[in-house]
Amino acid sequence: MHIAEGILSAPVLIGGAGVALSGTAVGLKAVDYERITRVGILSSAFFVASLIHVNIGPSSTHLILNGLVGLMLGWAAFPAILVALILQAFLFQYGGITVLGVNTVIMALPAVICYYAFRPLLFKGYKLAMAGAFACGFGSVFLAALIMGLSLIFSEENFLEVAALIFAANLPVMIIEGIVTAFCVAFIKKVNPEMLL
Amino acid sequence: MITEPFTAGNSVIHSVDPRMKIVFAVMLSCVVAVANSLLTLSAGLATGLMLIVLARLDGRAVLKRLAVVFGFMALIWVVLPVTYPGPAIIALGPLQISQPGVVLCLKITLKSIAILSILIALVATTTLSTIGSALHRLGVPGKLVYLLVMTYRYIFVIENEYQRLMRAARIRGFHPGTNIHSYKTFAYLTGMIFIRASARAENVYRAMLCRGFKGQFHTLGPVAPYTQNRAFTVLTTAALIVILGLEIWNRISL
Repeated sequence: MHIAEGILSAPVLIGGAGVALSGTAVGLKAVDYERITRVGILSSAFFVASLIHVNIGPSSTHLILNGLVGLMLGWAAFPAILVALILQAFLFQYGGITVLGVNTVIMALPAVICYYAFRPLLFKGYKLAMAGAFACGFGSVFLAALIMGLSLIFSEENFLEVAALIFAANLPVMIIEGIVTAFCVAFIKKVNPEMLL
Repeated sequence: MITEPFTAGNSVIHSVDPRMKIVFAVMLSCVVAVANSLLTLSAGLATGLMLIVLARLDGRAVLKRLAVVFGFMALIWVVLPVTYPGPAIIALGPLQISQPGVVLCLKITLKSIAILSILIALVATTTLSTIGSALHRLGVPGKLVYLLVMTYRYIFVIENEYQRLMRAARIRGFHPGTNIHSYKTFAYLTGMIFIRASARAENVYRAMLCRGFKGQFHTLGPVAPYTQNRAFTVLTTAALIVILGLEIWNRISL
């Protein structure tokens, strides 16, 4: 989920860049070179996950997993997602230079919010952990679609219908992300629980 | 497969210092992104296309890359002309096609394609490792550049791993569909990717420490001479002035 070039107004672009820059600064400060290697390789995993397509009826959607990245990285999700988006822009021309900030905020801010909201649940019983992980996957895409819609509406109030359409189209994605994140967390908890610490 | 089809070549654009390409790509994109008149946006598009021609890129490949924005463009062309308030140019039964709506769609389309062509011509013609070192020399913090280069280095490894897991799943008769079993399989598969990535990160960092890594990558060997810097600067500066001039003139005359 990202906004293409040429749609947003200057104040929204500048605001997005400002938030993305501060988030990235906080995230980078929190990690040293030892952890940053891990952030980089997880960021590549996040990049590759976005190439995985899952079916919804006759159509398909790619995984986003920004919630999962948030759970594992906390504030470091900002630089990790920024870098993955730079690569998407440079390698595939998804998004671009001027919308980089806004697109980073769309993905990374929900990741950080989900980190604080749902991470404590992961260490409770199996059912609570699954529920927390589902809420995390669902919520991160919900918030991402919300921020995306708001940045469209703040740019041009007549984008309301377009924003509403995009939000509605993302409802099934939220559910799938919730399910995938829940199973993914259950799997990681079984196979390699230290990863979530 | 992840490829960088535009990095090979020996055109004018390929022989420009990557730092200058990045700086001009950012400046041109920002100016076009805030521009508002149809004339300025057309000048922006002309600049982008001129740079693509100068880079001698394969037209079909460029078109394929530009196609990523067509989906969203189609959506706004369908929605905005009928929902945007303003005088109608044509009425199709109960639907009014509003003139300001069409103009807005046209502006967005021009702007989007203009910025994308600038990105393809100037940034996609540089390999990512070169971009990394150029960003570092432009003053981007070392940690961020390290993260970028590291991520780039490992997307290919992890993509291979994903293909391998997917192949294994298919051989065991996995047919993706719209059901919980498929989502569960994809979830376990991505879980495995993340677990392996995390384990790999530890090994890689230890191996790098053993080889004396102190948080810096060094460029070995001489950098190829960039022979077209001056011509490129003159040309892009002229384009920048024309675009800015048109926009300012347009705003004053309003």
